[in-house]
Amino acid sequence: MSSIEVAGKMMETDEEGYLLNLAEWTEDAAKVLAAAENVNMTDAHWEVINFLREYYDEYQIAPAVRVLTKAIGKKLGPEKGNSKYLYELFPYGPAKQACKIAGLPKPTGCV
Amino acid sequence: MATKKMLYLNRRAPYGSVYALESLEVVLIGAAFEQDVSLAFIDDGVFQLLKGQNTAAVGMKNFSPTYKALGDYDVRKIFVEKESLDARGLNRDDLLDLTYEDENEGYAEKDSIQVVSRADMAGIIEQNDVVFSF
Repeated sequence: MSSIEVAGKMMETDEEGYLLNLAEWTEDAAKVLAAAENVNMTDAHWEVINFLREYYDEYQIAPAVRVLTKAIGKKLGPEKGNSKYLYELFPYGPAKQACKIAGLPKPTGCV
Repeated sequence: MATKKMLYLNRRAPYGSVYALESLEVVLIGAAFEQDVSLAFIDDGVFQLLKGQNTAAVGMKNFSPTYKALGDYDVRKIFVEKESLDARGLNRDDLLDLTYEDENEGYAEKDSIQVVSRADMAGIIEQNDVVFSF
């Protein structure tokens, strides 16, 4: 079992670094998770993270990357709903890396 | 790779066994690989699509909101057997509202659920290349 330290509090993660308890997630936790991924969080990153958390709240799943891309395009505009934009923000995979920072489980079907 | 027509046949109640959730997860994975996916709900499987599920008392995650994501995954064909609904005192209004957006008609929201007779359901099963039974 692994864990990360967020503002003096320990949070458990699985062996790939995903938070075990998504209710523990805070913006500070996102910053710690992002730092471990070498992602420097900007407003554009937060926009995607917040979108993912809202998606999970509504549907109880982390979306596959194709679905994420389409849904982002619909909500935030076509200039953001494409893989190039999302991979620039999250180079190791928008679904995988952004979900981890958002405190969500690994997306179903994520390879 | 040629696209195959895949039907996921669901005949068990949503909780009490892992079949319903496992089926849904396989559907989402299969759909992510752009297969031609249909879902069928027969017998106690129709309970999977009930509105207003509350799983607090059984201590399981209520995964019914996830069916609403199927439209995002381009799963647009969800068949429910009428005889199974009738036998359980249910009708279409007791089921979730599941929709998809039709890109050929200005992204109009359309109903994904079709209630079909047992005879029609047999024909639907026959038309598919692969049937997964859960």
